[in-house]
Formats: sequence, C-alpha cells, structure tokens
Amino acid sequence: MSLRSPLGRVLGLGSARGGSGHWYSQRVTAVALVILGFWFIASLAMLGAGAPHAAVLGWLQSPFSAVMALLLVAVTAYHALLGLQVVFEDYISDKGARLVVLVALKFALVVAALIGILAVLRIAFGAQA
Amino acid sequence: MAQPERPLSPFMQYRWQYTNTLSILHRITGTLLSLCFFVLVYWLAAAASGPERYAAALATIGSPLVRLLLIGGLFSFSYHLLNGIRHLFWDAGYGFELPVARKSGWAAAIGAVALTVVLWFVLGASLGGAA
Repeated sequence: MSLRSPLGRVLGLGSARGGSGHWYSQRVTAVALVILGFWFIASLAMLGAGAPHAAVLGWLQSPFSAVMALLLVAVTAYHALLGLQVVFEDYISDKGARLVVLVALKFALVVAALIGILAVLRIAFGAQA
Repeated sequence: MAQPERPLSPFMQYRWQYTNTLSILHRITGTLLSLCFFVLVYWLAAAASGPERYAAALATIGSPLVRLLLIGGLFSFSYHLLNGIRHLFWDAGYGFELPVARKSGWAAAIGAVALTVVLWFVLGASLGGAA
C-alpha cells in the first residue's frame, strides 16, 4: 500500500517537490542549445574579422537573428543555472553556504540574462548605428 | 585490535578511468561555458552601447586572460556539445552497452579536439581580430 496520495503521484512530486522537472528542463534546453549553438557559431563566422560594430548591429537588426539571439541568451542562462545548481549542490556540503551560493547564482544569471536580452532588443529596435 | 574489513566509500576505491574522466570533463566544460556566457552578455551590452564602448569591450575581450577563457571556451563548447548529445542518447535509453559507451566516449573526446580545431579556423578571423 502506498501512502502517497493519487494527486501527488499524478503530479510526480517527490519529497524534493520538483526533481523530475529540473531533469526534464535540463534536457529540453540542451536540445535547444544544440541548434542555437551551431547558429551562433555560424553567425560569429559571418561577422567577419574582428566582428566590426556595424556588422553586429546589422546582424541583430534582422528579426530572425534577434529572436535567435534572445533565445540563445535566455536558454543558455537557464541551462547554466540548472547545471551549476547541481554542481554546487554536489560540492558544497555546508547547508548555509550552499543556500547563499545558490541564491547568488540565481541572481547573477537572471541579471546577466536580462542585460543580454535588453542589449539585443536595443539593437533590434534600432540603437545608434 | 585490528579493524574489521569495512566496505569503503565508492570514491575511495574507484579506479580512475575513462568514464569518470569524461564525466568530470562534462562538468568542467559546462562551468567554463557558464563563464563564457557572461562574456557573451558583456559583448552584446557593449554592442548596444555604441562604437566607443564596443571598441573598449573588444580590447578587454582580447586581453590575455579573457582570450585564454575563450580558447578554453571553444574546446568546452565542442566537448560539452558532443558529450551532451551522448548524454541525450543515454537519456533516451540507447548506448549503455560497454563497447558502445566506450566508442561514443572516444568519439566525443576526439571529435571535440577536431571540432575545436575547425572552430579555431572558422572563427579565427572573428576572434583573432578582436585584440
């Protein structure tokens, strides 16, 4: 006889509340990053020697590139957050220090992602040429 | 009195071999790529802030320390990508047999070095002129 409620089983929540969600998100973002990664490498190559400023602006002013760049920033930040979270959880045994590091990690990645997204949007909507 | 034979914790008796080497390398390259993410954001923010800021950012990115990180980033990108695909196959339930796992491991390692060289040539112009 299981002591778990049918609702709990259906929702797939263990004692940690969200382990399967973390695992699944890590994989979905991984698949997305295979595509975004190749796109980014190809884009960098097309920017040419020294990635001139005008070339970068022209690149991100195309709607397709802008959307891909937004995805790259957002998905990379999320994938990095999920991955680094596991790394820190494994190697920091002190609970207090772990909590501090994990919160700092979240802050840093969310702030960086927002800065990156704002930058792409500014260029896409026509920052100074 | 002699201590009775006790089982040892796994990390105290595992032989160092290709499996754990590739595994820890996936973590190290992932961590390096996370650092590269901050360089990417810095680069984008500079590009949005005008030509002067952008030129200054390129000089910073071209400095030896950041350059070293980005070269490590090229290898990290290659390895994390290929070994990540290996992990995705495992997650789907394929490739667990030892001979297959060994082959895919070698493929990821050698492929990563090869891809790094290719990326170096493809991006050499873009990154090389950044100094």
